[in-house]
Amino acid sequence: MYAFEFHRASDIDDALKQLGADDEAQLIAGGQTLLQSLRQRLAMPSTLVDLGGLTELAGIERDGDALNIGAMTRHADVAGAAAVHDAIPALAVLAGGIGDAQVRNMGTLGGSIANNDPAADYPAGLVGLGATVVTTEREIAADDFFTGMFETALGEHELILGVRFPVPRRAGYVKFPQPASRYVLVSVMVAETDEGVRVAVSGAGPCVFRVPEMERALAADFRPEALDGIRVDPGGLNEDLHATPEYRAHLVGVIARRAVAAALS
Amino acid sequence: MLKIEANDSHRVTLTLNGRERSGNARPRTLLSDFLRHELGATGTHVGCEHGVCGACTVRVDGVASRACLMLAVQADGRRVDTVEGLAGDDGPLSDLQAAFRRHHALQCGFCTAGILNSCADFLGRERDPSEAQVRDMLSGHLCRCTGYTGIVRAVLEVAAQRREQRQEERDDV
Repeated sequence: MYAFEFHRASDIDDALKQLGADDEAQLIAGGQTLLQSLRQRLAMPSTLVDLGGLTELAGIERDGDALNIGAMTRHADVAGAAAVHDAIPALAVLAGGIGDAQVRNMGTLGGSIANNDPAADYPAGLVGLGATVVTTEREIAADDFFTGMFETALGEHELILGVRFPVPRRAGYVKFPQPASRYVLVSVMVAETDEGVRVAVSGAGPCVFRVPEMERALAADFRPEALDGIRVDPGGLNEDLHATPEYRAHLVGVIARRAVAAALS
Repeated sequence: MLKIEANDSHRVTLTLNGRERSGNARPRTLLSDFLRHELGATGTHVGCEHGVCGACTVRVDGVASRACLMLAVQADGRRVDTVEGLAGDDGPLSDLQAAFRRHHALQCGFCTAGILNSCADFLGRERDPSEAQVRDMLSGHLCRCTGYTGIVRAVLEVAAQRREQRQEERDDV
C-alpha cells in the first residue's frame, strides 16, 4: 500500500473541504473495495477522507411514496430493515445478496454506487427502480448517474448524501452470482411503477443498462412468458474467464424471466 | 476533525476483548497488522490480506468484519473482539469453541479464529438458523481442511443448545 494522509471528517462540510483542498484526495466509506485496491497498489490517493463518523448519512426512512436511504447505510442494514421489507422487498433481497456477511456489515450504498463496478448489484437496483441520487450539489436520475465502467456523473468535489427510491407497485430482483466471489455475473431488477415497467441489468455489460424491448413486452403483459423470444444482442457485452458475451446475453433472458416471477410471487 | 500525515504515527486506543489497549499506527496500517504486531494479539490470523479468505475476521462494535479491510485508525475508539476473548482467562472453552472441538470443525486451525468470530456474531442475531443460513454466513470464509460439514454441525448444535437453555430459563421463572 502506498502511503497516504488520513482525515476523519467531522461533518459533511469538513469532508467537502478536505476533498476540495486536494485533487488526489479520495473518500472512504465502508472501504470494502477501496482497501483491496490500495492493497494491490491499484489506487494511489494522497489523502483518504474517512466518512465513517458521519452518522447523519446513515439511515432508512419511508417518506410517502418513496424510501430514502442514506449514503453511509450498510448493506446489512438495508437487508434487515423492516421499512425496506415493507416498501421494496426486492431491494432487501438485493442488499442481502451482496458479497458475504462481513462485506455487508461494512460496505455502504453510497460507496457501491460511487464505484460503479460493472459486477455490482446496486446499479441494477437503482436504475430498475427509477431511483434518484441526491448529492451535495443536485439530484441525479439513476438513468443519468451511471455513465460507464467505474464511471459516474459525480463531479470531483461532489458527495452522495443518499438515494431516493420510489416505491414500485411490484418489483423483483434476481442475481446469477459468480459462485466464488459472489459478484454479479448477470442480475436483473424488474419493476412495475406508476411511470411504466423498467428492466435493468447489471454484470452483463460494462455498465448497467435497460432493455426497452422487455419493458414494452412486460407493460403489455406482466408475466415471465411475455419475454419469450426476446433476444439480447451479445455485441458489447463483457467477456472474461467466467462467461462469454453470448452466455451473458442468454442469462439476461433467463434471469429477467425469473425476476418477473419473483415480482409476481 | 482528525488529521494524520502519511508517515506520522497516531496513537490508536481501542477496547480489545473488554480491555482498553493502545498502540501506534500509521494511516496505512491495517487493523489486522495493528492487532498482531502492535498489540501482540496474534490469535487473529492473516491469510490473503485482501478481503477474500476471511481468516482475519474480528468483531468491530459486535459486528463481524475483516481486519484486513479496515485501517487501524478507523478502529480508534471502537470495541474490537477477537478469538482471544471468546473463552474467559484460563477458563473453559465457550460453548461454540467446545462444539467445534466435538464436531471436528477444525483441522489445521488457521481459518478457525475468523470463523468463530463470524459464528459468534451470527448466533447472536439468529436464534433458529437453517443450514442454508449457516452456509451462507460461512461463504465469507475459506477452509481447505474440513469441507465445512463439521462447522455447520457445530453451529446448528450451539443454536439448538442455546434455544433449550433459554427455554429452561423461562420455565424456571
